[in-house]
Amino acid sequence: MTKHPDQAMTQSDNVTSPLIAFRNVGKQFIVKGEPLQAVHGIDLDVYEGEILTLVGPSGCGKSTLLNMAAGLFAPTEGEVFYRGSQVQPYNPAVGYMTQSDHLLPWRDVIGNIAIPLEIKGLSKSEISRRVEELMETVGLGGFGKSYPNQLSGGMRKRCALARLLAYDPETLLMDEPFAALDALLRMRMQIEIRDLCRRLNKTVMFVTHDLDEAVAIGDRCAVFTGRPGSIERIVDVPLAPDRNILHLRKDPDYRAITADLWEVLAPSIEQEL
Amino acid sequence: MESLTKTRIWTYRVAFLAFVLISWELASGRIASEFFISRPSAIAEQFFAWVMSGTIFYHGAITLLQAVGGFLLGSVIGMCFGVWLGRAQLVAEVLDPFIMMFYSLPKVALAPLFVLWFGIGIDMKIYLTATIVFFLVFLNTYTGVRAVSREQVAILRLMGATERHVLFKVVLPSAITWVFTGLRLSVPYALIGSIVGELIASNRGLGYLLANSAGQFDTTGVFAALIGIMIMAFFLNATVKLLEIKAMPWRETNSSREMSI
Repeated sequence: MTKHPDQAMTQSDNVTSPLIAFRNVGKQFIVKGEPLQAVHGIDLDVYEGEILTLVGPSGCGKSTLLNMAAGLFAPTEGEVFYRGSQVQPYNPAVGYMTQSDHLLPWRDVIGNIAIPLEIKGLSKSEISRRVEELMETVGLGGFGKSYPNQLSGGMRKRCALARLLAYDPETLLMDEPFAALDALLRMRMQIEIRDLCRRLNKTVMFVTHDLDEAVAIGDRCAVFTGRPGSIERIVDVPLAPDRNILHLRKDPDYRAITADLWEVLAPSIEQEL
Repeated sequence: MESLTKTRIWTYRVAFLAFVLISWELASGRIASEFFISRPSAIAEQFFAWVMSGTIFYHGAITLLQAVGGFLLGSVIGMCFGVWLGRAQLVAEVLDPFIMMFYSLPKVALAPLFVLWFGIGIDMKIYLTATIVFFLVFLNTYTGVRAVSREQVAILRLMGATERHVLFKVVLPSAITWVFTGLRLSVPYALIGSIVGELIASNRGLGYLLANSAGQFDTTGVFAALIGIMIMAFFLNATVKLLEIKAMPWRETNSSREMSI
């Protein structure tokens, strides 16, 4: 499987069929007896091996899309397909990573990473071998016996990431995973996550409210606006697949695209002022 | 610095205790009649005599057996029901008013009924204690099971977890904090059950020792028996605390980690 082509692939000329497809998707919640339209009229394709970032103000239904892709709930309008068939509850092909890492506080790092392997029913020795490997991969060596509350924010993220990689889902859903980290640590995690996903050929839907992050990480970027949330624009990020995130700030293409997208986002913020 | 404060606190504690005991000793026979308040030295003497003769151990063992037996029985059943109802929403909904009605009943009021059913032996006290403990552990376990993070469950589900996986890897471990709260609350109540049972009908146990001394207008004996009960309560509490730390090692580190507000 090759990566998403570097050159522009627009919505219309999708030669390959999408891995995840949202078809005219809407979702309504009932909040305190009142209907609340979270998203509306979403048409979105996610292709195998690409990193698609969803950016927009908070509360515009970006996470709702991830939840529907994971099968945590069904859309109230339209359909969500995964590999051509409708998503059923608990889509086993996806892994989820959220802002709060949801590590189990009563298990140490090793125990947390081991959970998906235990569920798979691997043998004890196999589990400890894999866990050891994963801790190396995400840079958690030497922290195996620490409990989550003894770890720093970055370490907890690494642990959650290792747990995610442990069951090796082909698609990763990430919901503002780095929102709570400081700027420098965040950039490091961005570099590592992009590296890792490209190396392992993961398909990624990455939700963020940070435009810079969306452009830095994404192969494509979908800009959301308003309530109910809808997609304002989907663009191909005109940056090299092996871009150096550390030095993007000097890149004219990067500056141009973020400025462009900012103009798309700005009106929805103006509205709320 | 920290150890210095600790020493000071302990010094003050000892001083406070000494002050209370000395005032009591001096007040006895002067401000209040010794018949009613006895005196610390006499109580200590009586207590020591019971220790030497083994009386306190004999009666203490009975009370302890009842308290621990009732505690174990009540908490095991309470945990099972708590987990079951926590998972079976419909049953919980149906039973809710009945459970609450029974919960609000002071359980010691059941003692006369239990005497009728089980006689005045040890088993009556064990059942009475178990009934009291059951509700505390049950309600806490139930709450704990209900309070399990839905996100954690969803994340495990995405990993392909079965109902059993979810129960054993998330629900039970996360409920354990609540279970232990229930257990810790239950310790004094287990003693209450055991001793109230003895006060009502018995010829053995610390409660009997207490009632018997009171019956003979022996205030000194009453206080000595109370001290025996206090010591037992202290050790029971300490045991549960210790178990709690053993069972939840991740919490022990909580106070030692860096604070972030």
